[in-house]
Amino acid sequence: MHSYWQAAAGGVLIGLASWLLLASLGRIAGISGIAAGAFSRIPGEAAWRWAFLAGLVGAGAAAAAWLHPPATVLRPWPLLLAAGALVGFGTVLGSGCTSGHGVCGLGRRSMRSLVATLVFMGAGAATVLIARYVQG
Amino acid sequence: MIQKLLLALVSGALFAVGLVLSGMTQPAKVIGFLNVGGLVDPARFGAWDPSLAFVMGGALCVTLVAFAVTPRPGRKPWRAATFQLPTRRGVDRRLVFGAALFGIGWGLAGYCPGPALASLLTGGLDALLFVAAMAAGMALARRLAGGAARP
Repeated sequence: MHSYWQAAAGGVLIGLASWLLLASLGRIAGISGIAAGAFSRIPGEAAWRWAFLAGLVGAGAAAAAWLHPPATVLRPWPLLLAAGALVGFGTVLGSGCTSGHGVCGLGRRSMRSLVATLVFMGAGAATVLIARYVQG
Repeated sequence: MIQKLLLALVSGALFAVGLVLSGMTQPAKVIGFLNVGGLVDPARFGAWDPSLAFVMGGALCVTLVAFAVTPRPGRKPWRAATFQLPTRRGVDRRLVFGAALFGIGWGLAGYCPGPALASLLTGGLDALLFVAAMAAGMALARRLAGGAARP
């Protein structure tokens, strides 16, 4: 039961972080959108994104040093490259990821985000199912 | 300007602590959550791990309330001229196709963009390769589709 509470507490922090960005800068905390726009040449679009990403990367490392989450076994690099490319391409095409659609979009009760969330969760579950089936 | 950047930094940092605390930065846990085969046949597929449902549950408890009270009519954000919310309406093929591709990648590696970036310094070669490929995928999609990623 402990891990469920911890998961929920982490979720509450994610929600608060999203609200903070909305209330202060008026922006949606969709990580894929923030990352994809970090190289924007439109004035005022890049700097806050890099600051957000610096906080994300820096505090991610600090939190991992503090909480020691279990390390993952190294995976084959072709799989990681293919997965990363699909995630990058798919989130730009689909206008968001778990944070933008799943946390902020559902929070705004957006129909687009509900559909996107159901589709990526379904596709993720189907992928795991097929991968496990093939592995036997 | 400094305050604006500081607020963005704090938001990103809080987000990352939430991701690590909740288990989202552990690909094995994410894949365990997506492993619905475990609901039917745990002996064959391994157990289903429901804990990540609590992450979204916890986050939505906050955002469903927060996004209902912010933005409020006539009020500006603390450090910006306007609220910039997604304006697209309606479900189109691009949204569904993009979400499906993202879901496949998510299921393959167990990383979505936030957790992958939060793991960049501690996730070893896995996180580095994933983030590099993700950046390339984003650049390619922006070049082809020409649109910014907004929900």
